Amino acid sequence: MTAILDRPAPTHLSPRLTAATAGRVLRQLRHDHRTIAMMLVLPSALLGLLYLLWKDVPTLPGQAGIFDRVGLTMLGIFPFVVMFLVTSIAMLRERTSGTLERLLTTPLARLDLLLGYGAAFGLAAALQAVVTVTVATTLYDLDVTGSTWLVVLIAVADAVLGVALGLLASAFARSEFQAVQFMPVVVLPQFFLCGLLVPREQMAGWLQAVSDVLPLTYAVEALQEVGRSAEATGTMWADVGIVSGVALLALALAAATLRRRTA
Amino acid sequence: MDAVTVTDLVIDRGRRRVLPGLSFTVPAGQVTGLLGPSGSGKTTLMRALVGVQRIRSGTVTVLGEPAGSPGLRSRVGYVTQAPSVYPDLTVRENARHFAALYGAGAREADAAVAGVGLADAAGQLVADLSGGQKGRVSLACALVGSPEVLVLDEPTVGLDPVLRVELWERFHALAAAGTTLIVSSHVMDEAGRCDRLLLLRDGELIADSTPAQLRADGRSEDLEEAFLNVVRAREEVAA
Repeated sequence: MTAILDRPAPTHLSPRLTAATAGRVLRQLRHDHRTIAMMLVLPSALLGLLYLLWKDVPTLPGQAGIFDRVGLTMLGIFPFVVMFLVTSIAMLRERTSGTLERLLTTPLARLDLLLGYGAAFGLAAALQAVVTVTVATTLYDLDVTGSTWLVVLIAVADAVLGVALGLLASAFARSEFQAVQFMPVVVLPQFFLCGLLVPREQMAGWLQAVSDVLPLTYAVEALQEVGRSAEATGTMWADVGIVSGVALLALALAAATLRRRTA
Repeated sequence: MDAVTVTDLVIDRGRRRVLPGLSFTVPAGQVTGLLGPSGSGKTTLMRALVGVQRIRSGTVTVLGEPAGSPGLRSRVGYVTQAPSVYPDLTVRENARHFAALYGAGAREADAAVAGVGLADAAGQLVADLSGGQKGRVSLACALVGSPEVLVLDEPTVGLDPVLRVELWERFHALAAAGTTLIVSSHVMDEAGRCDRLLLLRDGELIADSTPAQLRADGRSEDLEEAFLNVVRAREEVAA
């Protein structure tokens, strides 16, 4: 007997429906005051803790302080981690509440839905990054040689990467317990190998090769470039391009794994 | 003209065969009731009609196209049994979101909210509403697209009798305007309100009939009893 094949429906992208989805996600956020407060304040507070931790640790003459190096990198890692968690839970909620199934019966294309999420949380991440960068450079004397706007831009790219990987991971999570555990699976290896804990040149060759294919590596490298060059470098733009490209690829993959018909 | 044609539909869920081979048609512009006890396959069948159910074999045609085709998504509305709306948005925000997806505007959204009797609660978060009110928000979010076919999975569960009557009047007004409605229910007293009846039991179609015909076949004015008589008569034939 021939089974009816579950052909993926063509995805007719519609900027109008993507915007409608982004607007809806932002409205949901707006009703959740505590989440907004945490999103805006938490990274600054954690960065403050790091600042106090290293404040009195002497640095070798001629070298950048540890906080300047780690704090700057953290500006890219916070939005990545937070947005990964928030979106994987948000998508799981859509799935378990039945709203996802309902959305799939409307003219909304699957990629519209995911791009809408990316746009909404990208915007939230931009706000978060402006607050965190401002606090870091004024209160904690974080030294950035390049433009702080580039730091914000990289933070937003990292956030969108987190959103995209979170949406993709949620496709494989059947329960909240699984969704939460995808965070260490996806985030921690990238964090360990991104060059912050051990410079990439000092890693074993195979670890460096693994690090080469992990997107967070490029996010961190981009921030390090802004940290030491006054002008935006070609390496930095290439890194931002790689991070954004991987984010788009993950969104497309997430759309492809989102099945309209389920058993 | 038939709005829905189902031919030899077979659906498995897990290892269980839920629908072993259904065939029926649903006429356009009428209220067709899909009745049967819990677990008889009503929801699975409705999911197949809107194209979100994976099917083993057979065909489901809605308005001349395969169920779930992109072209049907703005013409078919679906209200799930559990209210599928966003609890962290207000009633109005939910309706406007689904209106936007169907290409309708804020005015249609507000009219849909008023149409299910929730105009006074429009600014409230859905999470703060009662179960029956949530169900009505979910209904408004389907009505807002003015679909030609409306698939409603147990839309009157938990509603007070007055509201239930009002909703049925609404369904008939929609049908009179040309909308095809397929409404599931597990309570037989709602069967009498339908133009046509499909009685489902263990995935099999026991009757494809009208209330009047079912009363005649089951030799009872009470539809519940008539249904039971029909089931017993079938079992005697099978035995």
